[in-house]
Amino acid sequence: MSDVLSPGFALEDSDESLHLRPSGDWTVKTIHVLDEDLRALHPDKRLIVDLSGLGRVDTAGAYLIDRTLRAAPAGSGVEGEHETARHLLTQVHKVSDPAPPGPQPDRGFTALLERTGEGFMDVVSETVSTLAFLGETVMTTVRLLMNPFRMRWTSVVAVMEEAGLDAMPIIAFLSFFVGLVVAYIGATTLMDFDLEIYTVELIGYSMLREFGVVLTGIVLAGRTNSSFTAQIGTMKMRQEIDAMQTLGLKPMDVLVAPRIIAMVLMTPALAFVATMAGIAGGIVVGWTSLDINPGVFIERLRNAVPMDQFWAGIAKAPVFGFVTALIACRQGLNVGGSVQSLGHRTTTSVVQGLFAIIVLDALFAILYMEMGI
Amino acid sequence: MSREIIIRVRNLKTAYGTHVVHEHLDLDIYRGEIIGVIGPSGCGKSVLLRAITGLKEFAEGSVEVFGDRLERLDEEERAAIEQRWGIMFQDGALFSNLTVRENVEVPMREHTDLEPQLRHELADMKIRMAGLSATAGPKFPSDLSGGMRKRAALARALALDPELLFLDEPTAGLDPITAAGFDTLIRSLQQALGLTVFLVTHDVDTLHAVCDRIAVLGDKHVLAVGTIDELRAFDHPWVQEYFGGPRGRAATGH
Repeated sequence: MSDVLSPGFALEDSDESLHLRPSGDWTVKTIHVLDEDLRALHPDKRLIVDLSGLGRVDTAGAYLIDRTLRAAPAGSGVEGEHETARHLLTQVHKVSDPAPPGPQPDRGFTALLERTGEGFMDVVSETVSTLAFLGETVMTTVRLLMNPFRMRWTSVVAVMEEAGLDAMPIIAFLSFFVGLVVAYIGATTLMDFDLEIYTVELIGYSMLREFGVVLTGIVLAGRTNSSFTAQIGTMKMRQEIDAMQTLGLKPMDVLVAPRIIAMVLMTPALAFVATMAGIAGGIVVGWTSLDINPGVFIERLRNAVPMDQFWAGIAKAPVFGFVTALIACRQGLNVGGSVQSLGHRTTTSVVQGLFAIIVLDALFAILYMEMGI
Repeated sequence: MSREIIIRVRNLKTAYGTHVVHEHLDLDIYRGEIIGVIGPSGCGKSVLLRAITGLKEFAEGSVEVFGDRLERLDEEERAAIEQRWGIMFQDGALFSNLTVRENVEVPMREHTDLEPQLRHELADMKIRMAGLSATAGPKFPSDLSGGMRKRAALARALALDPELLFLDEPTAGLDPITAAGFDTLIRSLQQALGLTVFLVTHDVDTLHAVCDRIAVLGDKHVLAVGTIDELRAFDHPWVQEYFGGPRGRAATGH
């Protein structure tokens, strides 16, 4: 492209008309310098735009001339030879009626009240629809379990592998290190009283009852929830779910139930691995720093920590698996048409998943206390 | 012919892994023409578009756009070239988290110093120029029908008044009336703005209504380039079937 001539215009006032003589290139790249001056121009008599001095022009430049002419009184027009400009002006004139102003957002006190009300109603409807989804999911799952031939076992197994087996290394790894940390902290404190042998009880109780299963839940909420929501949400965005429905496939049967069942089955297994890895972490600390040899550690663990503790922990696992998968599927199905909503729903899914794990764990703690475990 | 060549493709070879899409492909596109690119599904029409616009690296050969080879330019020069063309992708590729007007404003915001108000006004003008009403401006792409999305995508492609417009199947999936409207729109925009248009299509009606010349892709290269009448006389089974088949005949009135 050759050099760009900087745009400008000259105004010439005569008795009955005002002459505007544009010069230079009026293109989308250059006209920003003219905008303000031309907007401020409110001609009170006939405006004649002389195109003969105009350089290059595109639709943006033509729009600016057209806008100025529209603001001028009747009888205004163009003169001078400039084939492109005249041609573009006709084209632009057809499509540049000033747009009606859009509604202005109200930012007053009423709007605040309105938003508060809407927020509250959102919470209510969110709760209701979560419960509705829970009911639908339970009904679907029960119906499918009564009719095992209708269950999509292939997808169940696929999800078990993808969300369960593949998560095992990371869960075991994390839990092992948490076991190490708990053992070290415990040993440091207990050593002051020469009671470091009680590290075994500490590890036993905390790992069996809490850490194993909660760590599993947290990893699942981060790893599985985001992937379930993104998978289902993308299918929703690309209308695959609509296609499924028209083909007589129920998304609840095809997408939700296999994920729920797979997670309910896999979470206890993962929690078990996590617990064992955590205890292994404790054993390593006992062996290396406290001179408790692994045989003694395991023997003491068997005598001092009742089996109830293991069951109390592992019993939470299917509940965690069920709730996180439920949240993930629901958020996935709620994705709208835009990429933004996919991102938003995925975040919500992970946040709600983590929240649910912690709250449920607290509820279990109260329940177990009342039960005297 | 003494007309200015705006795109010159020579000896182009593109491949995905071992699958060769184009080989020894030559094509010239002249300023101010509308060239239609046709060919059987999977013959690499869209890949050719991607190779010309630099979205797909090619293995051999050269592509000159506005007389420059894209791969030899530095970032700045390349950006300058990119502002001189507009691309409308097959399914619109509008940014789904922006409204239609914001979509059209994206190139202006990025490459010009326009004040927001003038930018809005220009975006509204482009939206209307693409055949949408200005009420479509505040809507999100997901609220629009397929045809409206294509028009919005066209408005975005036109945002910077490009000299060269790439359209990838602009009328695919539109009803015949909307598609015919789109054909008229492309033709009138081309005449009004003096555009050069590279049009990938399957639509025989569009070819007939809009294109000055047609390039037929097949067997990994350009089989033939010419007007519809020249192509109808061209002796190649696919071309004969294309224009001689019931749809081809209906469109061209033979």
